[in-house]
Amino acid sequence: MAHSGINVLFEGTNFARLMGGLWTSVWIAALSLVIGLVLGTLLGLLRTRQNRFVRLLLLLYLEFFRIVPTVVLLFLVYYILPRQFHVNLPATWMAVLAFSLWVSAEFSDIVRGALESVPVHQRETGLALGMNEWQLFRYVLLPQAFRLELPATINLATRVVKTTSLLMMISIMDVINVGQQIIEANNQTYPTGVFWVYGLIFFLYFIVDYPLSRLSKRLTNNH
Amino acid sequence: MDWSVISQSLPNFVAGFKLTLWLSFVGIGGAIIVGIISSLLQYFRVPVISRIITAYVELARNTPLLIQLFFLYYAFPVIGWKMSADTAGIIGLIFLGGAYMSEGFLGGFNGVSKSQIESGKALGMNKLQLARYVVFRQGLALSMPALAANVIFLIKETSIFSVIAIPELTNTALDLIGMYYRSNEYLFVLVVAYAIILIPLIIFFDWLERRVRYGTFGD
Repeated sequence: MAHSGINVLFEGTNFARLMGGLWTSVWIAALSLVIGLVLGTLLGLLRTRQNRFVRLLLLLYLEFFRIVPTVVLLFLVYYILPRQFHVNLPATWMAVLAFSLWVSAEFSDIVRGALESVPVHQRETGLALGMNEWQLFRYVLLPQAFRLELPATINLATRVVKTTSLLMMISIMDVINVGQQIIEANNQTYPTGVFWVYGLIFFLYFIVDYPLSRLSKRLTNNH
Repeated sequence: MDWSVISQSLPNFVAGFKLTLWLSFVGIGGAIIVGIISSLLQYFRVPVISRIITAYVELARNTPLLIQLFFLYYAFPVIGWKMSADTAGIIGLIFLGGAYMSEGFLGGFNGVSKSQIESGKALGMNKLQLARYVVFRQGLALSMPALAANVIFLIKETSIFSVIAIPELTNTALDLIGMYYRSNEYLFVLVVAYAIILIPLIIFFDWLERRVRYGTFGD
């Protein structure tokens, strides 16, 4: 019986399952991004401090994440956490942990760069007005740094979304893993199904990431 | 940590190390060529072609390498294009990297100051001469930081080749873990192996960036 390959997407609950898989990828990306941004802001602030030791330590932290590929990072958390620390988390939470740490490292560098490019006189004006460290950060540095770091942050978000494609490697039921199951289950009836399923996933990633990268580019050009 | 486990696994890792280097070398070389050509075509706004290149760059940059590889390796055979895993990996890396390189070079070319181009025109240079002697040289120097970042990014991306069973570094480590369950040792070697490749490169690019900074004019 000849079936057109595209119908594999709508056979049974296939489409809903793919969307469910996409949802897993999206919430892991979103949660990791939120945790990573908060942690990264703190680390970025610490990196502008004068303490040499703290700065060196945080630089090493950043360089570690720059050198180790994200796939390897996932496996480090996946294997070492249960074995060395006897922490047994579901794979999804391990992924959130690995991604959050990675995002925090990358973001700390963005924050440091933005904070350092806020003009010194802004800080001094704040001090002259009698602001304390917290007020200075909250009302002077943060709002100005935020605008400077926005394009790079959105760029980082698109990278986090793309990196969720690696979730299948630690057996998380993300959109690609679901896609593989659908392909295998329908291989007999839809031999060209593989083309359509991967094509759809390719397209799904594109429609999530393309608007974000456009936005980031537009913001960069406006500066 | 058991050092004998590590020393026994070293021959496997050396093979994976060589393969990672080789695939990165070919893939990044191809990506640089694709990047230079497509960024020049975009810079001079060659009709129709520059549109197609823009579409290619956006598609490649906004989708994960993993799904690009799956498409090449699993979906293309269905329509009659069969290829080995190594070929799929290299094509994937060139597809992804070419787009990133193109963006980087285009940024450099656009950064060449207007006065330089106008001076060239005043000297009576035609488009080709302008491209060759003014835009290309200065733009290349300006795009060095982007080039460096892309090279390092692409080398790290080769770790994703493990999903189509190319026995590069990451795949080697995962295979060994699957066979002997010594995850600590093998992951340690894996991280060290990437550090051996990337740390000297990072230092080299830092040095190179400082050198080519003198290659720019007019600012």
